Amino acid sequence: MKDGVNGVALAVFIFFFLVVTVMGFVASRWRRAENADNLDEWGLGGRSFGTWITWFLLGGDLYTAYTFVAVPAAIYAGGAAGFFAVPYTILCYPLVFTFLPRLWSVAHKHGYVTSSDFVRGRFGSKGLSLALALTGLLATMPYIALQLVGIQAVLDVLGVGGGSNWFMKDLPLLIAFGVLAAYTYSAGLRAPALIAFVKDALIYIVIIVAIIYIPIKLGGFEHIFAKAGDAFAQKNPATGKPRGSLVSGPDAQWAYATLALGSAMALFLYPHSVTAVLSSKSRNVIRRNTTILPLYSLMLGLLAMLGFMAIAAGVKVKNGQLAIPQLFEDMFPDWFTGVAFAAIGIGALVPAAIMSIAAANLFTRNIYKDFIKPDASPEHEAKVSKLASLLVKVGALIFVLTMDKTVAINFQLLGGIWILQTVPALVGGLFTRWFHRWGLLAGWAVGMTYGTWRAYDTPSATQDHFGNTNLIPFIGEKGYIGLTAFALNVIVAVVLTLVFKATGVRDGVDETKPSDYTADAGDPGVAEELPPATAGATGGH
Amino acid sequence: MTEPPMEPPESGRRAAVVTVPMIVAGVCLAIPFVAMLWVGSYARLTPTFIGIPFFYWYQMAWVPISTGLTVIAYVIVRRHERAHKAEAGERA
Repeated sequence: MKDGVNGVALAVFIFFFLVVTVMGFVASRWRRAENADNLDEWGLGGRSFGTWITWFLLGGDLYTAYTFVAVPAAIYAGGAAGFFAVPYTILCYPLVFTFLPRLWSVAHKHGYVTSSDFVRGRFGSKGLSLALALTGLLATMPYIALQLVGIQAVLDVLGVGGGSNWFMKDLPLLIAFGVLAAYTYSAGLRAPALIAFVKDALIYIVIIVAIIYIPIKLGGFEHIFAKAGDAFAQKNPATGKPRGSLVSGPDAQWAYATLALGSAMALFLYPHSVTAVLSSKSRNVIRRNTTILPLYSLMLGLLAMLGFMAIAAGVKVKNGQLAIPQLFEDMFPDWFTGVAFAAIGIGALVPAAIMSIAAANLFTRNIYKDFIKPDASPEHEAKVSKLASLLVKVGALIFVLTMDKTVAINFQLLGGIWILQTVPALVGGLFTRWFHRWGLLAGWAVGMTYGTWRAYDTPSATQDHFGNTNLIPFIGEKGYIGLTAFALNVIVAVVLTLVFKATGVRDGVDETKPSDYTADAGDPGVAEELPPATAGATGGH
Repeated sequence: MTEPPMEPPESGRRAAVVTVPMIVAGVCLAIPFVAMLWVGSYARLTPTFIGIPFFYWYQMAWVPISTGLTVIAYVIVRRHERAHKAEAGERA
């Protein structure tokens, strides 16, 4: 790291930050509805977003600053294993194509704001819905924290925030955070939707420049991969194992495939993905998006190449997360470093805003309204949600400032495993009403427990706990723990459903009809823009 | 995959939900899973493309391929839904 503050880069960074701040506040007037005091408006942008806005929103949402830092960092650390992000993002779109239009339809028909709303309506169980809501909250909080970690990494390399006392050290992060909190509070989902345009434009420019400019400077891809191959072949003196490899070895292929599949299944069940999907205005907006979102996967693949470039360029960092910001600073002229860092920084703000909104919606709908104040009016719901979004962000900030970064990373890893445990109830529920609510709840509990315990018990590359792959029982290969836990979850849910049905344990009432799952905008009962959920209607309409 | 049974038991069956084009759409959506999860089929270094090992460019090449397959599925499903809607309209 160069000493001192990189003035030019910092100025460019601050410029872009100011631009998006203004946009964030202006957003509250963008496409505004007459009555904006309800959750459909604040939390789902009026459910009015078309193909392109949804594309930017989902892209801004799923491909976060953390992704941009972590994927190349994983490649930098170990080579091929980190590349599973590409098949992962390829596989998630056929899945989305299959099940999310159904969720959109049923959510529109019944005014569901969160995926837990749907589960409550489908299985008539507030308990199951609460379990899923808590899972979503638990998985989202550390994810928000990681976005702040991403901003911190950029600020670190820029040379600001390194002051001697804690207040000066954290001041830049506090400012960024305060701004984010303020415009999310006032504009809701419209703010990240508008800022996502800037974020994605910057990210695309930076990646395209990086993928052309850096290899030219480093002497071509052939040279880069030769150097990376040498670096990976070097044995770690402590373990006697090589650092990594350029292709996935025979004993690592199960892990590679299961990580890709498990992550793909989980990605669109995160509360923030659901929020973005439900904000679109028709079923076909979602389907069309599965055909244009892969552009981001391509970008992610190119981005992963930066990990190899960092090795070839001789970037040496203790903290792997800093490898890419450092590569940019070493390679680019100062002003473009500023652009690149702004891309990462803004890339953190967009998902952080959406995640906090999604978490707030979950809290308001599935905890506050279901258990604390069933007669909350739409205005009241929106108010609670706004406050909750603030609380969630403060929580994430405290997380980042008081705990070690590895804690956030560990929790994010666990989050992926946890979210995967909501698949049987959610995706299962979208296609069949066969499952018994208590069977699903038991399966969820078993999956959560097994996944958490197993992950804790597994050493990772850098520490004694929180690895994500371990032996799969009966198969004897190493695989993604989340997927094993998911299989266990399904088995328990199926067996217990059979038992409960045989013994006649009372099942919940399903408030949805089969035709609700295929309803589209323009059909009878599906308004162009939904009227807000009516006050006092606890379980549906 | 984890697809649960398609038809909920209480659903009123509509005529011909599973048609040949819909099966084609399903196959289009399933192909990327076979290609990507069969890691052994692409875990090698050669042939390289502009210096990038096979392992990497092959997977990136699957991004446009799977996109194309999804587009085919989209067109089929949209046509299917329109036909259904027209049919329902006639009945009503």
